[in-house]
Order: sequence, then C-alpha cells, then structure tokens
Amino acid sequence: METLLSLTPLVPLFPLLAFLAIVLVLNPNKRLSAAVAIGAVGLSWLLGWAIFFSSIGAGLGEQPFVVELPWMPTGRRLFVMSVMLDPLGAIMLFMVPFVALLIFIYSVGYHNLGQPNVEPRFSRFFAYISLFAAGMLALVVSGNMLLFFIAWEIMGLCSYLLIGFWFYKPSAANAAKKAFLTTRVGDVLLFVGLVLLYSFTGSLNLYEVLSPENIEFMKESSISVAGLFTLPALPTIALLIFGGAVGKSAQFPLHVWLPDAMEGPTPVSAMIHAATMVAAGVFLVARMLPLFEPIEGSWWLGVVALIGAFTAVFAASIAVAQNDIKRVLAYSTISQLGYMIAALGIGGFIAGVFHMLTHAFFKALLFLGSGSVIHGMEHGVHHVEEHGHGEGHGHVDPQDMWNMGNLRRHMPTTFWTYVVGAFALAGVPLVTAGFWSKDEILAEAFEKWTHKGVVSIPFVVWLLLTVGAALTAFYMGRQLGLVFGGRERTEAARHAHESPRSMTVPLMILALFAIGFGWVNIPKNVPLVGNGWLYTFLAETHINVLHEPYEKVPFVFSVAAFSSILALGGLALGWWLYRDVTGDATVSPFERDPVARAFARIPLVGRPLWLLLENKYYVDEIYGVLVVRPVLALSAFLNSFDDRWIIDPLVDGVGKAARGLSAVGRWIDTYIVDGIVNYIGYILDELARGLRLIQTGRLPNYLAILVAGVLALVGLMLR
Amino acid sequence: MNTLGFPILSAVIFFPLLGVLFIALIPSDRPRTIAQVAFWTAAIDFALSLVVVVNFDATSAAFQFVEARPWITLFGAPVITYKLGVDGISLWLIPLTSLLTAVAVLFSWGSVTHRVKEYYILMLVLCTAMLGVFTALDVFLFYVFWEAVLIPMYFLIGIWGGERRLYATLKFVLYTMAGSALMLATIVYLALGMSGQLGTLTFDVQAWYQVFIPPTVQRWAFLAFALAFAIKVPLFPFHTWLPDAHVEAPTAGSVILAGILLKMGTYGFLRFAMPLFPLATQELAPVIAGLAIVGILYGGAVAFAQRDIKSLIAYSSVSHLGFVMLGLFALNAEGMSGGVLQMVNHGLSTGALFLLVGMIYDRRHTRLMRAYGGLWKVMPVYAAFFLVVALASLGLPGLNGFVGEFLILLGAFQANRWWAVFATFGVVLAAVYMLWLFGNVFFGPVKDPENAHLPDLNRREVLALVPLVALIVVIGVAPNLFLAPIQPSVQALVDRVNSAVMVMR
Repeated sequence: METLLSLTPLVPLFPLLAFLAIVLVLNPNKRLSAAVAIGAVGLSWLLGWAIFFSSIGAGLGEQPFVVELPWMPTGRRLFVMSVMLDPLGAIMLFMVPFVALLIFIYSVGYHNLGQPNVEPRFSRFFAYISLFAAGMLALVVSGNMLLFFIAWEIMGLCSYLLIGFWFYKPSAANAAKKAFLTTRVGDVLLFVGLVLLYSFTGSLNLYEVLSPENIEFMKESSISVAGLFTLPALPTIALLIFGGAVGKSAQFPLHVWLPDAMEGPTPVSAMIHAATMVAAGVFLVARMLPLFEPIEGSWWLGVVALIGAFTAVFAASIAVAQNDIKRVLAYSTISQLGYMIAALGIGGFIAGVFHMLTHAFFKALLFLGSGSVIHGMEHGVHHVEEHGHGEGHGHVDPQDMWNMGNLRRHMPTTFWTYVVGAFALAGVPLVTAGFWSKDEILAEAFEKWTHKGVVSIPFVVWLLLTVGAALTAFYMGRQLGLVFGGRERTEAARHAHESPRSMTVPLMILALFAIGFGWVNIPKNVPLVGNGWLYTFLAETHINVLHEPYEKVPFVFSVAAFSSILALGGLALGWWLYRDVTGDATVSPFERDPVARAFARIPLVGRPLWLLLENKYYVDEIYGVLVVRPVLALSAFLNSFDDRWIIDPLVDGVGKAARGLSAVGRWIDTYIVDGIVNYIGYILDELARGLRLIQTGRLPNYLAILVAGVLALVGLMLR
Repeated sequence: MNTLGFPILSAVIFFPLLGVLFIALIPSDRPRTIAQVAFWTAAIDFALSLVVVVNFDATSAAFQFVEARPWITLFGAPVITYKLGVDGISLWLIPLTSLLTAVAVLFSWGSVTHRVKEYYILMLVLCTAMLGVFTALDVFLFYVFWEAVLIPMYFLIGIWGGERRLYATLKFVLYTMAGSALMLATIVYLALGMSGQLGTLTFDVQAWYQVFIPPTVQRWAFLAFALAFAIKVPLFPFHTWLPDAHVEAPTAGSVILAGILLKMGTYGFLRFAMPLFPLATQELAPVIAGLAIVGILYGGAVAFAQRDIKSLIAYSSVSHLGFVMLGLFALNAEGMSGGVLQMVNHGLSTGALFLLVGMIYDRRHTRLMRAYGGLWKVMPVYAAFFLVVALASLGLPGLNGFVGEFLILLGAFQANRWWAVFATFGVVLAAVYMLWLFGNVFFGPVKDPENAHLPDLNRREVLALVPLVALIVVIGVAPNLFLAPIQPSVQALVDRVNSAVMVMR
C-alpha cells in the first residue's frame, strides 16, 4: 500500500507524456493520437482509483503522504516542490481522471473519427485536452502552492487553447482571450496572496503553512501599505487567495468568461465545467479553509459565503431566460459553483466538497448530453440543407433550443440520460446525487441560522440558495420541455438522430454516477440507507486541517421536504409550460415564451426586466464601458504622450536645440575660430618657408628623419 | 583565479575577430561562404563560452578565469590593465551573447542580401565588444568596450535598417553617448580621487571596491553612472530611443539590441553603480524602483496601443526591463537573483520574438498587425513557436519568465509591499497585449489572400528557434540549474550594499 501511494506523482505524468508525444511525434496519425491520449488518462484513472481505494483507512488525514523535490533557491532558502496526498486529494483522484476518461472517449465520436467530416485538428485536440487533464491532476496532488499555481496556470492556458480551438471563428477567438484574461485577474490576486503567505510563513508547503502557529502569527500581524495605512494580514491574504477562486470558479463579478467558454467544442465545456477548471477554484478554497477560521466564522469567511450565495441566485435567474442549450447549462454551472462556495463560506467543508463531486458527474453528463443533442441537430441541419427541405429558411442554429422539440423520439438514449442529469441538478429527492449534496448544504445553512437567528449570514445563504433551488428546477424543466418535449419546431429537429455509441456509452456511465454517487454520503440518521461514508472519510482531513473535530450536521427532514417540493414543482412547472410552445428561434421571445409573456404583462417594468435577464444583466456591456474602453483609451493616451506629445518631442527638442547650438557653433567656427586658425596658419606658412629646405621629396630622407624621431622618443621613454 | 591555465575569456572575446579576419579574405561575391563562416565563428564561440560555464565554480562568489595584464602604464605603474573575469552575475550573459549572435547570423542568411561582407563583419565585431563589456574588470577597459558596441550597431541600423533608419540610429547613438559622456568624466574623477587612498592611479574595479567613497561623492557618482545605464536599460522615461531603434533595425539588430544591449545597462548597475556606491544605492533605491514600476505599467499600457508588431515588442521590453530593475533594487537576494535570471530570460524570449517577427516580415514585408490574421491555419509550426515564446514572455508558469517574475516579486514584497502590488498588475497587462497580438496575428479567418499561401518555417529558421525555445522550457522547469551559480555572487553583492549602510550609521 505504501508503494501504491508513492506512485501518486505518476498520476499527472501520464497525460503530460501523452501531450508531449502527440505534439512532437504522433500528431499526423489521428487514431494513434486519440488512443495514446485515452490510454494515458486511462492509466491515470486506474492508478488514481487504486490510490484512492488504498487510501481508505490509511490515516492520511493525520499524516498526509508527501514527496519533496528541491526546485529553486530563493535567497538563503531552498524552494521545494512537493506532492501530497490527503483524503481530500484522494477523493479528487476518484473523480477527476474518471470523468476525464469518459470525456476523452466521448470526444472520439464527437469529432467524427473515421468519418469524412472528421475534425482536421483532431490530434491537436487530444494533445490539449491531455495537458488539461495533466494540469488538473497535478493541482490535485500538489503539496505546494507553487506547484498548485503552476498547474492552475497551465489549465488557464489549456482553456485558452481549447475555447479558441476553432480560432477561425472570431467569437471563439474572443471567448478564449476573455477566459484567459478574466481568470488572470483572479490569478494575480491569488499570486499576490501566495507571495504574502510566503513572506509571513517562509513556506508554501500545504502541510506547513496552515499550522495553527502560522495562522495565529498572521492573525496578529498586519501589512503596511505604503506607510499610509495597515491591513490585517490574515483576512487580506485569505481574500486575495479567494480572488483566485472567484476567477477560476466563475463567481460574480468575474463570472463573465464561463458562458462564452462554450465556444469551444462541447467535450471541452464538459471538461471545464465539471472535471477540471471550475472545480479547481472550489478545491482551492477547501484547501485554504483554515485561513478563513471556519470554526469561529470570521467576517472574511462571510464575504465568501455571500459572494457564493449571491452568485447562485444571480446566475440561476439568468439561466431562466437563455435560449442556447449550452448557455443555460453554463449559467447553471456558475450557479452551482455558487452553492459550493457558499457552503464553504458557512464552514461546510464536507458539504461543499460533496457537492463539487456530485456536480462534476451530473454536469459532465448534461454537457456531454447537450453535445449529443447538438451533434444530432447538426446532422438534421446538414440533412435539410442538402435535401432542400424547408422553404428557404436561413441557417438553423443547432444550439438554439427553440429550433428543437420532441427530440425524445429521435434521440432516446440521450433523452433518458439527460433526464437523469436534469433530475440530479434539480435535486429530485431520494434517488439523485444532487439531492443529497444540495440538501447537505441547505441543512448546514439551516442548522447554523437556527442557532444564530435570522439576522445572520447563514440565514441569508439559506434563503438565497433555496430561491436558487427553485429557479434551478424550473429552468431545467423548461429545458427538458423545449428540447425533448412537444412537437418538432423545425425541419432540422425532425431529421435529428441519435449519436454513435462512443458518445452514448459515456452518457450512460455518467448517468449511473449522477444517481449513485449521492449514496456515498447519505446522512447517518436517515433510516436504512444512511451511511455518512464520505463524511467519515473526509472528516479526518478536516480534523487535521482545522485542528478541531467537525460537527456533523444531521439530516433535517423539514429542509429536505421543502427543497423536494421546490425541485419537483419547479421541474413540473417548467416542463408543463414549455412542452407545447410553438414558434422557433426566429420568433420574438415575447410571443413564444410563456414566461416572457407573463413578464410583458407587468406594466412598464415587465419587458425591461425580462430583457435584463435575457441579456445577463448587461454585465458584459458594463465591463465594456467601465473597464475595456478606459483601458484602451488610457493606452492610446499614453502612446500619444510617449510618441507625439511629451517624451519623444522632448528628446527631439533637445536634439533640435543641440542642432541650433551647433549652427551657432559653426558660425563661430567658420568666422572666428577658423579665422584665427587660418591666420595662425598664414603666419606659420610664412615661417615655414624656411623649413621647405628639408622638404626634399625623397623617400630615404624622410625615413631617416622618421628613424631619428623614433630613436629620440625611445630615448626619452627609457630615461 | 584562472583555474584553466589558459586565457579562456580572451579566447571567447576575440575569437569572433578571428572570423572577421577570415571573412575579410573571402571575396565579396561569395556571400554564401561569408555567411557560413560567420555562423561557424559564432557557433564555435558559443562552444567556447560553454567551456566557461562548465568550468565555473558555482559555489564561489569570486571572480573566476581572471586574466590581468598591464595595458597602459604611466610613470612605470600600470594605470589601465587588461583585466577580465567572470562571476555569477555575468556568467550567463556570456553564452547568451554568443548564442544570440549565432542565431541572429543564422537568421540573416535569408534576409541580408546587400553588403553581405560588411554586415557579417560588423555582427562579429559587435559580439566581441559585447563580450568585452560583460567581462572587463577594469573600469576604463569596460568603458572602451561599452563605447565600441555603439559603432557596429550604428552601422547595422544605419545601413540595413528600415525607412527612418537614419533618424533612429542617430537618436540611438546620441542618446547613449550623452549618458556615457557624463560617466566617463565621473570615472576619471573617481580614479583621481581614489589614487590618494590607493597610492596609485588605477582603474581596476576590484581595487576600487576596497575604497570607501564619501557619501556625497557616492550620490553624484551614482547619478552619473545611473544615467548612462538607465538610458541603456532603458528605464522610464529614457526609453523613447528604443521603439525607434527596434522598428528601424534589421531583425538581427533587434535581436541583439533587445537580447544583449539592454542587459549592458542592468549589468552596469550590478557591476559598478551598486557595489561602488552602496550608500547611494540604498538611498536612491526607492526612486529607481519607482521608475521601474512606472516603466512596467507604462510600457505595458503603451504596448497595447501599438499597431506595429515590432514596436509592441519594444514597449514590452520597457515593461520587462522594469521588472528586472525592480528585482535588482529590491536589494535582497530573492529580488536580485530573480533580476539577474530575468536578464537572461528576457534575452531569450524577446530575442526569439524579434526573430519570429523577422521571419514573417521576410515573407510579407509588413509588420502591421492588421495585415495578418488566421495565420495559425497557414503556418502551424510558426504559430506553435510563437505561442510558446509569447507565453514565456507573459510569464506562464512552467516557462522561464515565471521563475524570474516570481523571484522578483518575492524580493519586491520583502522590500516594500506597495511596489509589488503595482508590479503584479504588469503581469496582467503582459497577458493583455501578448494575447491580443497573438489573437490578431493567428486567430480569426485569413483576411488577406496574400497570407493564404505563406510557406511555413524552413529548416534553417526552425534551427535558429529551437535552442532558444529549448532554453525557455529548461529554465522554466529546472531553474535551479541556472540559479545556483548566480546565488553566491548575488548574495555577496546584497551583503555589500546592505552592510555599507551600517558603516554609515
């Protein structure tokens, strides 16, 4: 078992090697590239699961497994890179490579391998996505925040490359840039936080920095800002690090990149939204939780909770008014990440991690399912365009839900697996994984506010998350109704067809986990099935990290019942309202969308309110005015300042002045200095008449004079 | 002392002149032979500089491979010595110089067609002069090499440059000379002043290190030196010669200019201004660090406004060199060793960037960003190289730029946290303009039909890029290899600067 644990550093290494092999050698062969990529992540999966199962009961919570490697000197100290395995990392090793493997397999069919319309840059896709998986796995096993940060940034790079995979589409190119830059704002905050952490503790090793002594030291220290004012060290560092999570896990106000990220191929969306990227932010906060003093509940932990809860509702309300199948899911991801962050923000370490894990399964399922739907729709669109059905319709957008309808008949496997995913996301009681994990968060908030009263952060969190749960169920019901219910609204939908097995089999496997994974942590006080296994497994980490036992929140029946009613009611309402709508994507929302119609009936504010939702609260536009344009203007201004107005003209001015001076000098030279020189010359010339006698014009004479001169000089020097 | 028993530094410095001699003998109507001889000269010189690296004792802070011979004697005493030596601060600059020269020469095979003989002679002379700058341990000798660098560069820009080359080259030379004239006067003044304490007139910098210079003298002398070096770096606001020189210079000129010449400025601070005037260094460090931060942000912001790829990279250099200066003037081991490493990193990545721009310029004869777009599809190999280098330049972890920036910020944070917070925004700016550049050139559809069938990189071009990219990755992954020899010398310098303050108190 010890030997198995010592193989932990190899887990991220397999996909990394696959990346290098494909980029450097294998890329001309598409089939081989895919095989190597899948084989590598398959090895990571096998090893990851072996490590995970052998870590159960291995006491890693008290004594994490650590490997160290010296990396670079920083002044007198030597910086080490380290790999660490604790229960939190081990459970991530269960989820990440497994979901990644399924996404990899799915991608083969998605990119039409073996068919005439195969993606031309197929091998490159598998190279990037392998690096992506390597980055996430390295992040999970890193025992050191610098290695963590490197893996974190490599994922940022991969998201840039993969979102911009179809770089010839301007929308994809822009989305890629936006994703990288937005997350980089968060990354810089994280980086500053880490550097501060290092300067206080002298280490970035996870198993050292978070010791009670260090926390205490930072709590008593302060950071002076330019001698003007001081900031308390611990909250500053904690919130800067949280800034990184806000960027990566797409929390308000840095959430704007994630919806656009769906410009990439769908497997990439699944990768970003489920197994990797966004989970990294939540994982970061979970790792760094001791900085937030979760037991006492510090004010800066409250900031985390409020941002998470606000994001949960904010994004869910946007999802209600979206028409693109993937965009709905994208906002739902932002919203669900809000749940996780909020859970951590009220000190619910296990609830937050649990929801991250279940969400990874059902969100991967939903994204891959939507990819399958789009794939089927594209087939239909293609068919229609080829056979000239449809009376001169323009291009039909295969992602717009209004162009779909009745796909349950054309794509039955996709339909049933999608239903499972939607039910899990909505939190259909007792069976689905989403129910158990979401309930755990709500129960945690409920427990806390019943102790603290209504004027407390847990109450706000509970209230917002409950509203969010209702909205979530509703927009998923709406999506099911629009995509799979009713009649086909376009010719393309009539010709949609089921995806190949390489796509549907991963869907079925994920569907099993979207149900079954919830059962690993059914609270102990639930009759018959209660086990609290994940709690027992993770609580060990928790004790180690927080140095205090974790208080288990029991199953609260009233909370569960209430949220169950919301889930079932929301789903039913959504399905019922949208099942039989008519009007495709060309029709105005106020005519085709029942909810939009209802909004429009409210005088004055109704329509603008709906447009506000549909346009995502205009956050992109606001950033355009507040951030992008000022930056562009400032940059243009500085450029003119540099080149045209101040600095360069000054330099040129000095040059011109010098030239002016030199003109004066030339005049002086010509008429005064030269005059004098010429005059002297004239006099010398007169005097020299006498010397002309030795000017014989014969070379030997000159040589003789030269030698005499040299001899005289040498004599002088030797003297 | 020199452990090799062989004047290896002289060999490295003057080997290129041997090549010059050869080239002078080849008739000018055989440009191919000339180019090949030039390349092999530089390549062998690189191999020689590796001998220095391999035999360098990484645990010592002392000058190594020292050679000293009297050069100019006055009244029987050697006043100016031909004295060379290498320590951890200058170690990596030597192979960097010969490598970039070799790479620049290799690149030029494809793009320099007129006055070929003169061109390669100047490139090799330039190489010798630059190596001299980095190894001279006699202040006067240093000054001679320092000025000697200007001459070949003047001709390289002035003859093989772009349309406004005369303006650019004149500006470059006058700007630099203006700074160094004051330095020369100060050097003479200091030598005379110190001759009392030293008992003899000498320009040996190691002798100068032993002398305590009065605080007021230190301040003025530091300012005089700093002006010369700051112009070279270039430190804001002395930078406007740089974009002009870069835009007008031929590709190889830009590579050398950005890769090596700018480092002469930072090196000057490390070798002369800081150790000779530690009190003034302490006193003026906040000012210089402040200018460095302004440069980081200002250079980054202005880079974003450029339409010409070369001037974008030029302004990015202003930003990056700001980071180097910030690291040096953090006056601690982390910042300074980060700064020293970042000098090398910037040489590699910016050198490579200018090469890459040159390659596309040779194909399309324009450097305007808007002339491109969608090139990824047309030239995938080129795009891949460009991407790696651009990512190194914006400081992606796993590549070299990150290591330097990390150490610099670590150092700056310890010196004064306020500085570093500002500097970190430079990291975001770097991502903004680099991705903007990359997106404009490589993403999107192919807009101009002229771009639709550009040939991808040929083998010679790949060969020129591979060593640079390989080093970018190696430094990023195994920085200790490069940092370890830097450490002792940097630590000695830090101690020297900081302990001098205690003497004053």
